[in-house]
Amino acid sequence: MHPLLRALFGTKLNAALTLLMLATFAWALPPLFRWLLSDAVWQAENRTACTAAGTGACWAFIRARFALFFYGLYPVPERWRADLGLLLLAVVGAGALFARRGRGWWLAALVTLVPLAGGILLAGGILGLKPVPTPQWGGLLLNVVISFVAMAGAIPLGILLAFGRRSAYPVIRWISVAMIEFWRGVPLLTILFMGLILLPLFLPQGVTVDNLVRALIVMTLFNAAYMAETIRGGLQGVPRGQAEAAAALGLHPAQVQLLIVLPQALRLSIPGIVNIAVDLFKDTTLVSIVGLFDLMGVVNQSMKDPAWLGLAAEGYTFAAIVFFFACLVISLGGSLLERRFAVAHRR
Amino acid sequence: MHARLKAWAWQGAAVLAVALLATWFAHNLSANLAARGMEVDFSFLAARAGFDIPFRLVEWDSSYPYGWALYVSGVNTLLASALIIVLASALGLLLALMRLSGNPLAAGTARAVIELVRNTPQLVQIVFVYVAVLQVLPPMRNSITWFGGIFLNVRGLYLPSPSGTAYNWILAATVVAVLAAALLWRRLGLAAVPRLVVLPPVLLLGAVLAGFNAAWEYPVLRGFNFVGGTRVPPELLALVLGLGIYTSVFIAEIIRAAIAGIHRGQAEAARSLGLTAHQSMFLVILPQALRILIPPLTSQYLNIIKSTTLGAAIAYPEILQIFARTVLNQSGRAVEVMTLVLGVFLVVNLLTSAAMNAWNRRLMLQGR
Repeated sequence: MHPLLRALFGTKLNAALTLLMLATFAWALPPLFRWLLSDAVWQAENRTACTAAGTGACWAFIRARFALFFYGLYPVPERWRADLGLLLLAVVGAGALFARRGRGWWLAALVTLVPLAGGILLAGGILGLKPVPTPQWGGLLLNVVISFVAMAGAIPLGILLAFGRRSAYPVIRWISVAMIEFWRGVPLLTILFMGLILLPLFLPQGVTVDNLVRALIVMTLFNAAYMAETIRGGLQGVPRGQAEAAAALGLHPAQVQLLIVLPQALRLSIPGIVNIAVDLFKDTTLVSIVGLFDLMGVVNQSMKDPAWLGLAAEGYTFAAIVFFFACLVISLGGSLLERRFAVAHRR
Repeated sequence: MHARLKAWAWQGAAVLAVALLATWFAHNLSANLAARGMEVDFSFLAARAGFDIPFRLVEWDSSYPYGWALYVSGVNTLLASALIIVLASALGLLLALMRLSGNPLAAGTARAVIELVRNTPQLVQIVFVYVAVLQVLPPMRNSITWFGGIFLNVRGLYLPSPSGTAYNWILAATVVAVLAAALLWRRLGLAAVPRLVVLPPVLLLGAVLAGFNAAWEYPVLRGFNFVGGTRVPPELLALVLGLGIYTSVFIAEIIRAAIAGIHRGQAEAARSLGLTAHQSMFLVILPQALRILIPPLTSQYLNIIKSTTLGAAIAYPEILQIFARTVLNQSGRAVEVMTLVLGVFLVVNLLTSAAMNAWNRRLMLQGR
């Protein structure tokens, strides 16, 4: 018997399972295929034309709103700036992942040049660039901006908190534990509400904080707490002999931690950090509930357009597909990173 | 002496920094509140709420005070959490078994489902179920009907509800099962099997008994509405389905990893001692897998409780929706309301993780 046949029909139970699976496919897949592809409408002026042309999904809606989904209300003549910013992020990010030499420089560029240049490009107001206020930022662009800023802020803060939690000084330990457990104990959505409602009350009178900045602060602090726990796990995974050997070589305690222990701990934490990045990217959709127009928010809004009223299935399916591939890219990048750094570890 | 001095200096600096930050926040807060002619005061909780809560398990009408709304919405949060935990665990177990079945078709399908679900945002899934599935259901008159007593339409899911003594039967069966498990377990030689396994079959038996012994009240379409039975609103349905499916794939991976994490030698040793495949699974593999399972499973359950706040996106009346939206908008008591909401979640989370850690420690100690 062929091994595959044996695996599928080897025992009675297995054969029954195979038949059950095949029956499920036959029941579920054809209608799904028809709706997604064969009966779908790709070109139409509006919803009425769409439903007249076919019974499947109305992808014409997505085509008509495509730019909106990616840029939100970002002014059309300025969209090259968003493109350039994303390109910069992609190039430097790829450099940090793939460069054979000078990875340190790429990483440094990723945390300094990219936020600076990207911020100037997106916000404008200097160098002759027209200012674009943040309420006009939207779509997938906003998801990327929030994820990047929160990640870039959460890693250093998380490292700090992780060291704090392992500190020999009880007071610093308590402060770190309280900080970590608070953010991990409350739902993200409640603290997004808190950022929206309470943050202005805790700042001096007359100081107003941009809605996007509030979301960024909350997202950064929230993810820093999770990052701290991941990195703490990494720190615990570094054999004690490493720190002892470094101390025996005469390194200062700070040097021991920063040059010997932390790099190894970060390498051990890569899978956890990638998980946080994926979760963070998915959770950026929550900002749509507190009034920002990320991809999810724009999809919600587009379905209320009279010309395309109520095309929810198409809109959310599209959003799901976009997020699926984006998360796939993050995961792939993560496993590449892991393999990269694992080489040095081999014996 | 130098080290002691350094320790004091660092810790003193940390305390000072935190204290300064706290004072600054407090100062700003009081200045801001004073400018609005307000102060932190929880007495508004006793004031008449004056709004309706569309779905609830406990008593409520608009004459009840704000404080009671916290209880009503808290019960709604717990109800959603419990339903999601049950659904996610069952689905997760199913997916894990499919992946471990050795049947490539089942394993591949489970893998595809897991990858697809876990790489899309939970909010998209919940809203998709709500807007794209439940809101396009037929109206009341053309309800989808199952078995003549279950109706699904745009207003929700209508189920027959047992009346009279039904719940007593279920309750009695549970009590008997728990007592029997607690007292007789060791004597029956089942010490290695977790006692909780008796609960599902006994509950099922109780439910069947209850079904025979109670009058079932069927929902009946009368005029424009259904009368009798229980209505599950579409908001709850969407939250349970969306979050349940989303979390189930994480639970599936946890279960799979736990079973795969048991060293092969364990199964081989069990087989060489003459245990059957069934015995080695239930007496050797599963008890050990359960130990690895508990910590990550706990954090998934805690995630579920926290994620029920996403119900606010589809207006399910849970704590965030009722308190941080309706009550806050009506009373304007931002600081008090947010303190209460955050406090509730913090307490629930810290207590649960403390309890689970304690249980986990007990299991760990038994092992070695």
